[in-house]
Amino acid sequence: MSEATYALEARDITKRFGQVQALHGISLNLKPGEMLGILGDNGAGKSTLMKILSGFHAPTTGELLVKGKKVEFTSVDHARSFGIECVYQDLALVNTLSVYHNMFLNREILYQGLPFLNHRKMRELAAEALADIGVNVPSMDIEVGMLSGGQRQAIAIARAVASHARILLLDEPLAAMGAREASMIIALIERLKARGDVSMIMIAHNYAQTLDVADKVMLVQRGTCTFEGRSAETSVTELLEIVKREYRGITHEV
Amino acid sequence: MNKRQKGLLAFLLRKPEASISLVGIILLIVFQFASPVFFTGPNLQTVSQFFAPWALIACGEIMLLICGEVDLSVGQVFALTPFIMYFVAGAGVPLFLAMILALLVAGLLGLCIGFITVHFGVPSFITTLGAMLLINGLTLTISGGFPVDTPNNLLGNIFGGWAYSEIAWAVGVAVVMHTILRHTRWGLQTIAAGGNPTGAAEAGIRIKHIKIGNFILCSTIGGLAGILNAFHVTSIDPNAGGANVMFLAIASSVIGGTSLMGGSGTILGGLVGAAVLGILQDGFTLLGINAYTFDIITGAAILITMISNVQFAAWRRRSRI
Repeated sequence: MSEATYALEARDITKRFGQVQALHGISLNLKPGEMLGILGDNGAGKSTLMKILSGFHAPTTGELLVKGKKVEFTSVDHARSFGIECVYQDLALVNTLSVYHNMFLNREILYQGLPFLNHRKMRELAAEALADIGVNVPSMDIEVGMLSGGQRQAIAIARAVASHARILLLDEPLAAMGAREASMIIALIERLKARGDVSMIMIAHNYAQTLDVADKVMLVQRGTCTFEGRSAETSVTELLEIVKREYRGITHEV
Repeated sequence: MNKRQKGLLAFLLRKPEASISLVGIILLIVFQFASPVFFTGPNLQTVSQFFAPWALIACGEIMLLICGEVDLSVGQVFALTPFIMYFVAGAGVPLFLAMILALLVAGLLGLCIGFITVHFGVPSFITTLGAMLLINGLTLTISGGFPVDTPNNLLGNIFGGWAYSEIAWAVGVAVVMHTILRHTRWGLQTIAAGGNPTGAAEAGIRIKHIKIGNFILCSTIGGLAGILNAFHVTSIDPNAGGANVMFLAIASSVIGGTSLMGGSGTILGGLVGAAVLGILQDGFTLLGINAYTFDIITGAAILITMISNVQFAAWRRRSRI
């Protein structure tokens, strides 16, 4: 397979914050429509990696390629212009605004030639966009703060998809969520995969859920990749075994 | 729009404008029964002139409160602006131009306050507390502490001649601000800036820009209210407005349903809130109740409203109405 077919590729990314080496050279690639799950403990470097991919941090060394072309992101907005959108854990939703206002935050639709918001059009398009990927909310007019964590996460994902993101970075989309809510989000992710037009990278803590939904997984520990493979060819047991081995390594050093 | 109405109570709780309007109507009925002169032309004039200044200021203050800031100095801008108009007009500039220039100065003060708050990261409570003393000192210095007569011509009649001029301006400004808040990107992004600053910034909204703009808006409206008041009372007093009118404007905003935490508020609610405070004050005067009692009532009203706002919000979340 030639490189040009990768939607996103990272080569030997390192990141140093002062004295701290957060990443020791991580590489990854993502085909169009493919989903990668990144697993690892807190502080392993998952979030740093995500922030480099979303343009928030610049890598110390290493290179990023979008559709085979080398890119250097200068800002989150710059990365966004390449279709890379991060759905943050703290959700960029405004609780006191309605569902459809949130869907069109900073992309508001105005009446042609007038400075006034076209509420009706935004409401219609938001309802369409949500229905399109099978997200159910009681009403387009309800304040987002009234919705459950799962519904809010779904709206945040729907907004990224509706703004023509081609590569979605999901930062712990299943954190702090009950089983029913989590399965709703997993179902949403599977529907997006089935459509095949977005690639996704998901950071998560739950090994079983991640193996279930992602095409391939990567294990990040202490800033290095300790495992990489197809989800179908590995298991929770194997991954936990690697984590344990690594942990023993640390205790021996001490 | 909303199919899930659970009767009148739910509606009143969901729409702060509705509940404060109900309070206003009850007060009107009570005062009408208690005092026969309440619903007479002269008294209605008195009431409207009375609350118009803080109703106007509330329009600007609500925008600031929604984006998570507050302006304590607007009452001092209210006093300073007519003096600037007076001195500029005194230097031979036509009154209309003098007025525009004075409003520009008011806007400039807002710009400075906003810039300091946003770019130096000073909480607006502190910035505007400083500005409040500073601007008051400025007014006292340039006026020498003495009131002057408002320059008068046709313009004065347009802006303050009619008995209902001030309230007409207040309603007009409120309608414009309501439209800005609910039907423009500026309004929507003001709510976003106060409701979730991190999220709004991630979505690419220029929060600093929005906040400074609202500081300018609030200050300019404060200056306009001061000029209208000067035309109305035909003299310019260095001690006009001040902290009193600013606190009443904030009280009106809060009673009308604007959150002090930022992220939500309503201009029309603030207008009704201002009217309720005016009706209360006027009604008590007619009934011969001590003026000091009014402060007790206002204070208690703010406390009760804040407590119920917080409680109702929690209750609404639980019961999902």
